Amino acid sequence: MKKVFERPHALSDVTLHYCPGCTHGIVHRLVAEVIDELGIEGNTVGIASVGCSVFSYNYFECDMQEAAHGRAPAVATGVKRALRDKIVFTYQGDGDLAAIGTAETVHAATRGENITVIFINNTTYGMTGGQMAPTTLVGQVTQTTPYGRKTETQGYPINMSEMLATLEGTAYIERVAADSVQHIRAAKKAIKKAFETQIAGKGFSMVEVLSTCPTNWGLSPAESMQWLRDNMIPQYPLGVFKEKE
Amino acid sequence: MSEKVLMKGNEALAEAAIRAGCRLFFGYPITPQTEVSAYMSKRMPQVDGLFLQAESEVAAINMVYGAAGAGARVMTSSSSPGISLKQEGISYIAASDLPCLVVNIVRGGPGLGGIQPAQSDYFQAVKGGGHGDYHLVVLAPASVQELVDLTAEAFDIGDMYRVPVMIMGDGMLGQMMEPITFGEPKKRNLPEKTWATTGTAMQRKKNVVNSLYLTPEELEELNNERAKRYAAIEENEVKVELQQVEDADLVLVAYGVTARIAKTAAAIAREKGMKVGLIRPITLWPFPKKEIANAAKSAKCFLTVEMSQGQMVEDVRLAVNGAKPVHFYGRNGGIVPTPDEIVKEMEKLLGGANE
Ligand SMILES: Cc1ncc(C[n+]2csc(CCOP(=O)(O)OP(=O)(O)O)c2C)c(N)n1
Ligand code: SF4
Repeated sequence: MKKVFERPHALSDVTLHYCPGCTHGIVHRLVAEVIDELGIEGNTVGIASVGCSVFSYNYFECDMQEAAHGRAPAVATGVKRALRDKIVFTYQGDGDLAAIGTAETVHAATRGENITVIFINNTTYGMTGGQMAPTTLVGQVTQTTPYGRKTETQGYPINMSEMLATLEGTAYIERVAADSVQHIRAAKKAIKKAFETQIAGKGFSMVEVLSTCPTNWGLSPAESMQWLRDNMIPQYPLGVFKEKE
Repeated sequence: MSEKVLMKGNEALAEAAIRAGCRLFFGYPITPQTEVSAYMSKRMPQVDGLFLQAESEVAAINMVYGAAGAGARVMTSSSSPGISLKQEGISYIAASDLPCLVVNIVRGGPGLGGIQPAQSDYFQAVKGGGHGDYHLVVLAPASVQELVDLTAEAFDIGDMYRVPVMIMGDGMLGQMMEPITFGEPKKRNLPEKTWATTGTAMQRKKNVVNSLYLTPEELEELNNERAKRYAAIEENEVKVELQQVEDADLVLVAYGVTARIAKTAAAIAREKGMKVGLIRPITLWPFPKKEIANAAKSAKCFLTVEMSQGQMVEDVRLAVNGAKPVHFYGRNGGIVPTPDEIVKEMEKLLGGANE
């Protein structure tokens, strides 16, 4: 009998610890499928970051390093410069990439560091219990914005993809969403494109994935998908922001 | 190459690192160690190596983490304020059992401080400047030749015990021109880096470089395993120079360039009839406790001399363990003590005894 659905080889045979309905799991699967399809598992080093995805070093079958909070692009730089022919990717949340690690992100991008960044934007700090992230929407209630994010005191959400696309060093930047079958298919294509960009040696590639955090949003998984569509996509439009030939 | 060449400390250090097989350098400019970066940026491309100027010391040390985790011989160098920024990364490197070399060409502090020579980062270096239970092996050369020799040694010690190693110098050592030879470093039998993340090639189970352990029992076990390596380092890697300690009434304890000044002071004191010896720790961690405790059996007192308000003196007191008085003389903020000042201190301490 032909198997029609199986675990990608690059995804470890362990139970993921994510909350029910969390899209981290979906994105892990997409990354693993792409690694399988490109046949690069034995040639890849992944960098886990600090956030809910911290244990991703247990979930991918390739060699992994776990970076300090925000430092994954610097760690990836170290790995890539030491092993020039290996494929190096980071997997980071929005607090990690766009707050504490902004400098590391921007400079890896502007150096044209030939790495791939998988960026999970769920508008909150999931792991520490749902505090405001730089990506939190205006008016959004979080543990540290109990009255909603106010621009006078907390400023505005940060659109990382648009910002990084302005840098000469970036080669491929796309924003996708993990809320529907159609969007998830597009997300996989983008992730594949990002890895192919690195394989072709073109420079920094990043896929921003709009994701859900049902636990901290206080919504059901289905409601979360709808919330993402209704609230996040208007602030964070989907699309390709940079594609170097 | 074994002919003598005249080189500045900072440049000799960089060349020694390259000769020791280091091909990756990540740094961020700061006085007084910029010559290390300048030299590396010129030399590394000639040996197919990499010099990368990072966006900060934080980024630089995390690049070191990545490269060390990938199995490379890698280093970074900085000076006091920059070393403070590196502490996060150093703690992660120690916790992930990665070898690397961190150079601190110390300047006066705290804060932005000054750019003149100092030894005020001793506590930070030997007591673990970052969080958690860990140690750096800390080497404190007193001459450019010793700086060269210890650089090769630092990489080997790191690889052997899977620990980060620090070389602590100061602006004076960095700027000093001295004749040196790049000898063949003594060969150690180094273990293979089977733990490095170099890609599985689908031939082995994956390697993970990590310091997160949420089960307390597991974390304690790993910390205790590392402590065994620390104990082995304390047993095998102490380096110290002793000079005329056997008959000394007063033993000076000093490291780095301060020890050179103390040596001059000791010679003057001997000429004046004072029985003075010198202990120069070359490794600040592991600290030469035994040698100091031994000296405490015969000496009447100790005088620790530092370019700080008194940091190493605490370790000297621990080693002496109350057996004899341990005094301190220091200048700080970038001021180098003179031999005469030290002699005067010794005269005060030995005054009665020599009359
Ligand atoms: C230096 C440091 N500061 C703070 C923390 C605590 N911390 C752990 S995860 C996290 C936020 C992660 O949020 P994000 O990157 O958005 O990922 P998510 O959990 O939402 O997937 C913080 C602040 C830490 N581990 N290290
Ligand atoms: S807290 Fe949020 S981001 Fe973290 S696993 Fe749960 S749902 Fe996912």
